[in-house]
Amino acid sequence: MSEVLRVKNIEKYYGNKSNLTKAIDNISFSVQEGEFVGIMGASGSGKTTLLNCISTIDKVTAGNIMIQDQDITKLKGNHLNKFRSQELGFIFQDFNLLDTLTAYENIALALTIQKKNAKEIDERVKEMARKLGIVDILSKYPYQISGGQKQRVASARAMITEPKLVLADEPTGALDSKSARQLLENFEYLNKELKATILMVTHDAFTASYADRILFIKDGKIFNEIIKGEDSRKIFFEKIIEVVTLLGGELNDVI
Amino acid sequence: MLFKLSIHNMKKSFKDYTIYFLTLVLGVAIFYIFNSLDSQTAMLEVSQTAHELIDLMMGMLSGVSVFVSIILGFLIVYANNFLIKRRKKEFGIYMTLGMGKRSISKILVCETLLIGILSLGVGLILGIFGSQFMSVLVTKLFQSDMSEFIFTFSSGACIKTMIYFGIMYLLVMIFNTFTISRYKLIDLLNASKHTEKVKLKSTWLSVILFIVSILLLSFAYYKVTQEFTKITQNELMAMIALGAFSTFLFFWSLSGFILKLVQSCKKVYLKELNMFVLRQTNAKINTTVCSMTIICLMLFLTIVILSAALSTNYTLQNGMAELTPVDFNAYKTLDLSGEDYYGNAYSEKRIEDSKISVAESFEKAKLDMSIFKDVVEVTTYAINDITMQTTLGEVFEEIKQEFPTVDYDIAEEIITVSEYNKVARLYHLQEFSVEENEYIVLCDYQNMKQIRDKALELNTTIRLKDKTYYPKYQECQDGFITMSSNHINMGIIIVPDNAPLTENDRVKNYFLANYNATTDKEKHEVENMILSDSFEQNLTALDSDIDAVSKITIYEAAIGIGAMVTFIAIYLGIIFLISSAAILALKELSESSDNKERYDILRKIGTDEKMIHKALFLQIGIFFILPLLLAMVHSIFGLQFATKILSTFDNIGDLTLPIILTAIFIILIYGGYFLATYFGSKNIIKECNY
Repeated sequence: MSEVLRVKNIEKYYGNKSNLTKAIDNISFSVQEGEFVGIMGASGSGKTTLLNCISTIDKVTAGNIMIQDQDITKLKGNHLNKFRSQELGFIFQDFNLLDTLTAYENIALALTIQKKNAKEIDERVKEMARKLGIVDILSKYPYQISGGQKQRVASARAMITEPKLVLADEPTGALDSKSARQLLENFEYLNKELKATILMVTHDAFTASYADRILFIKDGKIFNEIIKGEDSRKIFFEKIIEVVTLLGGELNDVI
Repeated sequence: MLFKLSIHNMKKSFKDYTIYFLTLVLGVAIFYIFNSLDSQTAMLEVSQTAHELIDLMMGMLSGVSVFVSIILGFLIVYANNFLIKRRKKEFGIYMTLGMGKRSISKILVCETLLIGILSLGVGLILGIFGSQFMSVLVTKLFQSDMSEFIFTFSSGACIKTMIYFGIMYLLVMIFNTFTISRYKLIDLLNASKHTEKVKLKSTWLSVILFIVSILLLSFAYYKVTQEFTKITQNELMAMIALGAFSTFLFFWSLSGFILKLVQSCKKVYLKELNMFVLRQTNAKINTTVCSMTIICLMLFLTIVILSAALSTNYTLQNGMAELTPVDFNAYKTLDLSGEDYYGNAYSEKRIEDSKISVAESFEKAKLDMSIFKDVVEVTTYAINDITMQTTLGEVFEEIKQEFPTVDYDIAEEIITVSEYNKVARLYHLQEFSVEENEYIVLCDYQNMKQIRDKALELNTTIRLKDKTYYPKYQECQDGFITMSSNHINMGIIIVPDNAPLTENDRVKNYFLANYNATTDKEKHEVENMILSDSFEQNLTALDSDIDAVSKITIYEAAIGIGAMVTFIAIYLGIIFLISSAAILALKELSESSDNKERYDILRKIGTDEKMIHKALFLQIGIFFILPLLLAMVHSIFGLQFATKILSTFDNIGDLTLPIILTAIFIILIYGGYFLATYFGSKNIIKECNY
């Protein structure tokens, strides 16, 4: 398996010289193709900053981020947009669907901005919808469907461009537990069947337990790393809880 | 403290306020310019007639100003209300911090006051300088020479502007206080969270209604242009209402229709951000239909008023030379007897005077006849048997139904061919010849010409005493005896010299001449002799009933009317244009801040900046161009109608130049607002954090 993402000694500072905050303090890790990696941490630990840097929404202060041999910290302007639309897929906590567009159109949008031809777009949208079980809501507007369905539409939009890396930021954050479970099963399917490489940020242990490997971040540094391996999800979940307890404080009250 | 807050607020919301402020400044400046016209015209070297016309024009302009201030008042209240709504959250925060509604109102009063004073100040300065340019235009329009440039300032107009706008701002303050008092804290705080529900319309309903609106519009267009002659006042009003209604329907259903249309063509629909733009437009149209309809109708009025007025002015100036071939015309009715039109008996003296010619009366009144040269005197006849009814013959009944208001019992004016040819030679008009039993109808008044032509086509004969005459031509010929600023000869019949007309049939005596002078100045001197008090007293002593027109008076009247029409049209046109453009601009700008989130999503999923700008351009462009396009289609028919209506005065000529001028005018103002909106919106949606 090849390496999809390689993060090398990145640092991110906020503020000025007299008052410097290190949001990310020398983090390095890599993600292999087909992996489902979770990043956990309390709020303020720097996990969202990390995701923003990888997703090219934010810029690092130092270090390199390689996505399949391309150093994205060197990209600028429109190359960034192009890179984002072609190589990355995004799933956000608040869905970020366009409320004026139907589900079908929201999914298609990811391809139209890549200037794909109409016939191909149509076919791919329908196929992806079938895989994610959202065929019957394709003609509905976001406000007509449930949160879980919205997040599946968002997943379809993220996946349809066949990105090298899918970045999910608290994907279950706005969902009830049943929808969350459904969505995570979808993620599993995307990961196992469609071979999607997923990098997911969450502070929910249950959500995290669906991943293959979890990185724990505290105060901008990698604190721990656990791998699911051959464990069942239940055992993996318990392991996660242990680490979370070790991390202490804030994270406990989230669970 | 509150004052400081107001200033800070204004600085902060400068982006929102720029267009509003600029529109206010423009409004003030234009208001001042048009109301200060009298001070510019006052120093012009124009004659008495022209001065009277300028007075009339000023009267009309100040009347129009009231109307204009109502429109501007609406605009200001609307725009202001709009800006207040955008700041709900801000007020919510003030209120949670313990500020009372009264204090918030005070902040708003301060702001309105500041904006008011600033816009008045800047607007007046702009107006005062603008009016200097205006005086150049005035001089040109009144064809007067401006010997030296004088900087004018009209304190009257300045005070008037302040009062009118002061009242408007006062209204805004009251309105604001009222609006604030109705707000609830929870609504204020949640204002930004509340997203506009996307109202759904059945696309099929849209398609059907779209087709209905097109049909209704076509029907209205057909009625006012093709069946113009049959339309009654009430029907016309109904058609205007129908036009406005179908305009509304058109905008209401348009986006749904286009959406359906484009959706069926996947290639276009799934291209770049096309579907995003279409959906945005479709979602917005619900809240915009009303303003779009009003804007479309205002643009339509602007186009028609401007083109028609410019064309009127143009034709008035151009037709003059042809219509006034000599310097002086005078005529009187001969052989009066009985009572006049109002039923009063004619005086002895007047009856006596009506037995002699115009020239004889002039001599009796001791006018030096050597002031005239190229004198031509002609006499026309009329007999009771030949009225309009008889000359129309068989088509009379039909025409009477169509034009019931025309008086068909008036005897027609008849002239012998050699007499008329004397006039034609003097005027450089076409001379005619007729055979023993032929007649010709002279008529250059379009509407009447159409009626008379119908009779002539049927070879309608007339009977003059015991002789029958046949028309020589199947249509009316151009020509006239008295000069006027328009083609208003309703009809004169030319008969052979040997026609059985006697002294008793005489009806009018004409005296046509040039002044015995060469330069303009000398001609004015001659004219002043004719207008002199002593001559007038002498004529009054004779109780002479002579009508006279001169080239100079016709010219001055035409120039005055042309200028008046042009000024009023430009005034209204600018106000209509800036009002509608400002409403659109403000609406679009606020939409853009609402849409910022959507554009952010587009960016997050990796949309190209260029594509986003293109989508924004398209979105704003659609909202600016749609009302204009429909207004243009309306104008095509509206102008046809206006041409026909105004042809009653025969003032509308070639429309090409006026339409080009109008187009330039609209492109400058409307286009300016469009660009300002686009760049403003681009700024608003500009990425801020990445």
